[in-house]
Amino acid sequence: MATPQTATPLRLFTRRFRKETTAVIGLVIIVVFVILAVLAGLISPYPPLEQNIPASLQPPSVAYLFGADKLGRDIFSRILHGARISLFTGLSVVVMASSVGTLVGAIAGYLGGWWDEAIMRLTDIFFAFPSLILAMAIAGALGPSLQNALIAVAVVSWPIYARLMRGQVLVLRDQEFVQAARAIGMSNLRILLRHILPNTLSPLLVQASFDMGGTILAVSGLSFIGFGAQPPTPEWGVMISEGRNYITTQWWLTFFPAFAMLLVVTGFNLVGDGLRDILDPRLNK
Amino acid sequence: MGGLLFVMLGVSLLTFFLAQMVPVDPAATALGANAREEQIAAYRAQIGLDKPATVQYVIYMGRLLRGDLGQSIRTRRPVIDDLGDYLPATIELSLAAMLVAVLVGIPLGVIASLHRNSWSDALARMFALVGGSMPVFYIGLLALGIFWRQLRWLPGPGRLDSAISAPPHISGLYTLDAALAGNWSLLTNAVGHLILPALVLGYFSAAVLLRMTRSAMLEVLGQDFVRTAKAKGLRDRVVVGRHVFKNALPPVLTTVGMTFGSLLSGAVLTETIFSWPGLGRYATTSVTTLDYPAVMGVTLVAAIVYPLVNTLVDIGYSLIDPRVRVS
Repeated sequence: MATPQTATPLRLFTRRFRKETTAVIGLVIIVVFVILAVLAGLISPYPPLEQNIPASLQPPSVAYLFGADKLGRDIFSRILHGARISLFTGLSVVVMASSVGTLVGAIAGYLGGWWDEAIMRLTDIFFAFPSLILAMAIAGALGPSLQNALIAVAVVSWPIYARLMRGQVLVLRDQEFVQAARAIGMSNLRILLRHILPNTLSPLLVQASFDMGGTILAVSGLSFIGFGAQPPTPEWGVMISEGRNYITTQWWLTFFPAFAMLLVVTGFNLVGDGLRDILDPRLNK
Repeated sequence: MGGLLFVMLGVSLLTFFLAQMVPVDPAATALGANAREEQIAAYRAQIGLDKPATVQYVIYMGRLLRGDLGQSIRTRRPVIDDLGDYLPATIELSLAAMLVAVLVGIPLGVIASLHRNSWSDALARMFALVGGSMPVFYIGLLALGIFWRQLRWLPGPGRLDSAISAPPHISGLYTLDAALAGNWSLLTNAVGHLILPALVLGYFSAAVLLRMTRSAMLEVLGQDFVRTAKAKGLRDRVVVGRHVFKNALPPVLTTVGMTFGSLLSGAVLTETIFSWPGLGRYATTSVTTLDYPAVMGVTLVAAIVYPLVNTLVDIGYSLIDPRVRVS
């Protein structure tokens, strides 16, 4: 006789997630791109930087699935390698921003008082800046490169996590299970890590999902205006910038990188929407 | 008000710190490649670069309080004068984009909420999803390519055709100034140039507004007083117009204020593509040329705009929602 499955939180979550059709579509898109990015070296028909001048500006064909750019580089191969860069940028910025933001927000919420006041005023300052202008100023000061663009975007992205985390901690701090943990003499750090953090993950996860998409757009925007990845890197923003003069005549130079970006960002936004609906049942009518 | 002042102080510190990180000597840049060592040293002393960073910051703040943002290395003009030239272009573009966002996003959001789960709802949500996921610089390039270079329906980059001179300066908004001067051909030209960048920049905000309007409307539609209004025989249009929409408006208005900040970020890319001489383009050129007095000025001004708009939204709030006035 089959034993009935116990409803662990993870199983419950998976069951609900599967009901969100659009979120599943989003997840499938992301998984496909992750696979393509991982296998980019194996499945690209050409090396992403290999030039072949006779093939310059060739339209999509069997030999060049998405066409070739001005230098005869295969756009399909460049998109695959670009997926690596974009997923990496999204992930690294979100990891940097969320770990710093969560830590800072947890300190603010848990310690309260002067710490809270100071940290929240600091986030106010960052929120006042239009993020791209600040990121551009930081990237410019550090010197234009992909790595510096990542740092710049992370610097403007952490405050939202700090605020989210602080709000969560303020709610949880005075709940009975935390008081109980304190009563048995647990250290502040242990309470934060073992008891508070796991209970705050869901809103952070939603934010992280939206931020993945937002970051990919922001970093490629910085690359597009010259403050991020530099040519000949097969970064999608760089590719659009390089193809800008051919946008209507040789449309494939810019269309495919833009479409790839649209797909990936849509994927993360759909997953973010789905997660929010599951984790916030109020909106899920 | 105190909060705003504190934010400004922090913003000035942050921009000053950024300028310190730039690996370029502003004095050497300003004097050019042919300057001799002692000339550069003399110029450094003249503009205060030989002093410690803390002293420099105090001097900078002192100037700032007198409205002096320093001198641009690139244009050799006071930064405040440069900003005075560039800011109106960005305000004009942002207002036009906001108009697009409000006129497109709110009605579509209302329609989507009233026909929930129908094809029009699906279409509207698709429109919003694409708007939030599309690289704005690609749409901008594509729009220019199609509507200007191919079809020639709309004028190209810039605020006016190159043969046309700007209207007499009143507000700095070309459309408004042209209308005030009664110059209709100038007005048509300025509006023509404004259409594409405003549509491109407004699309993202329209998407955000659409989603917010839809969910706010849905929330109100599910409440008891709406059922009561319907039950007592009010026509649908009255129920939606007078009861539902009015109650769904506050969160939508807040979103309008918040998207204004992202509008400024989007303006960096949009202005670059459309050669729109606004703050975003000024910022881009200034960062590219490592003209950090100008960068500090432009980030400072950009950082004032956001809290300012939010304060205006709060005032707008109290006009439509009397409860806010009490508290």
